[in-house]
Amino acid sequence: MYKLILTIRYLVKRRITHFAIAAVSLCVFIVVVVMTVMSGLVGEFKQKNHDFVGDCVVGTESLVGFPYYQEFLEILGQSGLVLGASPVVRNYALMTIVNYDARQFGVEIMGIDPVLHCRTTNFAQTLHFRAGQPENAFVPVYDPNAHGSVWGADVVYLQDGRGRYQYGAQPPMLTIRLTCFPLNARGAPAGAGSNPVATQGFRCSDFSHSGIAKVDGSLVYIPLEQAQRLSTNEIGKRVSAIYIRFRPEVGVNEGTHRVAELWRRFKEARADAPNSGLLDTVTVQDWKRYRRAFIAPMEKEQALLCLMFILVGITTVFIVFVVFYMIIINKKKDIGILKSVGASDVSVLSLFSGFAFGVGSIGSCVGTVAGWLFLVEINRIEQWLYERFGWQLWDRTIYAIGDIPSRIEPRIVAIIVASAIAACVVGALVPSYLAARLRPVETLHAQRT
Amino acid sequence: MSQLPVILKAEGIHKSYRMGATRVSVLKGADLAVREGEFVAIVGASGSGKSTFLHILGGLDRPDKGVIRFNGRDLNHVGARELNKFRNERVGFVFQFYHLLDELNVLENILLPAMVSRSVVSWMTSRRAVRRRAEGLLDQLGLRDRAGHKPYQLSGGERQRVAIGRALMNQPKLLLADEPTGNLDWATGTGILNAFETLNQAGQTIVMVTHDERIARKAQRTVTLVDGRARQLEA
Repeated sequence: MYKLILTIRYLVKRRITHFAIAAVSLCVFIVVVVMTVMSGLVGEFKQKNHDFVGDCVVGTESLVGFPYYQEFLEILGQSGLVLGASPVVRNYALMTIVNYDARQFGVEIMGIDPVLHCRTTNFAQTLHFRAGQPENAFVPVYDPNAHGSVWGADVVYLQDGRGRYQYGAQPPMLTIRLTCFPLNARGAPAGAGSNPVATQGFRCSDFSHSGIAKVDGSLVYIPLEQAQRLSTNEIGKRVSAIYIRFRPEVGVNEGTHRVAELWRRFKEARADAPNSGLLDTVTVQDWKRYRRAFIAPMEKEQALLCLMFILVGITTVFIVFVVFYMIIINKKKDIGILKSVGASDVSVLSLFSGFAFGVGSIGSCVGTVAGWLFLVEINRIEQWLYERFGWQLWDRTIYAIGDIPSRIEPRIVAIIVASAIAACVVGALVPSYLAARLRPVETLHAQRT
Repeated sequence: MSQLPVILKAEGIHKSYRMGATRVSVLKGADLAVREGEFVAIVGASGSGKSTFLHILGGLDRPDKGVIRFNGRDLNHVGARELNKFRNERVGFVFQFYHLLDELNVLENILLPAMVSRSVVSWMTSRRAVRRRAEGLLDQLGLRDRAGHKPYQLSGGERQRVAIGRALMNQPKLLLADEPTGNLDWATGTGILNAFETLNQAGQTIVMVTHDERIARKAQRTVTLVDGRARQLEA
């Protein structure tokens, strides 16, 4: 009983305890805020990549692509695994905005069937003007008979200083010219005679904002057939990849495994078919593996951050150790008195450990509440900082975010709080043990003068 | 008095301390027997080992050599748990510098030994009776109106009375007092000694350490520590 009373009194009355609580609160506050924002950014980024490619990708890195994709799409359709499968042609092109400033720059082109692609990815949701009718994504408003193209939102500069997009009421009346080097099945230029390139003009029919900086900054969507023509000089022959969305009841790992098996059999069955060697370049990967080049750096950044916070945790342990050491030196007399009235070593140890638990609990609660309040207002704070000082915490062009993520994950908060309390108890363990081992005679003698 | 049983017996107590490179022998075979209901004063010059002897008698310290028996039980051969229980239930200490806990008020300081011996559950079930006992002690020591005050709000004499109350809380068989008036003026000290006398008359066994022969005269028997050994004188 005395432990409870003394713990409360030490917590309330001792100023040094308040400093210990403040140190713990500050650490918890920083960790809660940064981990929430960082895990929000990483989670959001992963989700965007998942949405961009679907659950699984059967594809090749080769610009030549692979043939017989229609047959494999049929097999996929019959497998009962997939909700949607979208053949995709990816290539690089030289882009010229014809009636604007005639600048030429490199872009990535992606040929898709908008209907199939919408079943597989979140392409429809990324569209600005045709989100409700993605089947018309490539139908230009001004010239419905022309070939349309959907531009990544950052291919042309649309953002204001705050990172807000200024799309206008309708797609701009701009025409682009895309120039590619089409390749034949052997990987040689497919262009005829002295003109190895293929060029095609496209109207701007919409903008796509996927939230992935690399995609929005350099990708232009065009109709699948046009992409095939630009890339292979042929229509319906080869694609770069098939993006797949599994049925909800099929897990990503399980589905990928089964698609890989289907692909293996498919490839074996066409071993003697013309250009079957191109099938050997194809891999079957789940979305995370397919996009690992983009996701891995973010995950590494997060891991690095975790490491940094482990160091913060160690610092907290050290701060608590120092504070408790000072408190216990200050409380030697109390320890002697308690032992003179029969308190055991374990009892003294548990008194100071309980005290540390109290410091950790209060510090964690205060830090969590402060962190939560800060996160609730983080976007307003950032806006105020921007308006007042022109300072933006996160460059939207790099992080591709609208608002700073501020949704607190209870799991993360629970881990942080538990770690902070554990850090306090661990930090206090040695001083508490030393206190418990003190001989009452020594402490009472020491307090005479 | 000689008919009453011996409750505390110390035989051949040796104790030395290391001071730098040398070892200083403080007690060199001190003996003492205390009968139930006795008021014994241990006197001696400063540094003669009076406080050390008292701490050993009360189980706060262990002798290098020698035997301490309390009600016939050898304290050198009891475990830490039983020694804690002994300090909690069988003896009460009153120190020269009061040694009260600053975070607790007067009533809580007096209740401390009772709280130490009880778990939260056992405290909840017995707190009324325990509180009544503590309030009775406050009345007995004239501290009723000081119950809610903190030690720093009290005079030296009041603090010492609180320390006496704490020492008596668990109704110990033996009260050990280490220079209880050493930090008080004469009048206040006399008040404390009168309180001891009253307690002794009520049957409380008391062993008091003092360097002042005049104070020692209040006791029934005086033991002088000379050269680490006890020489007994009847009061």
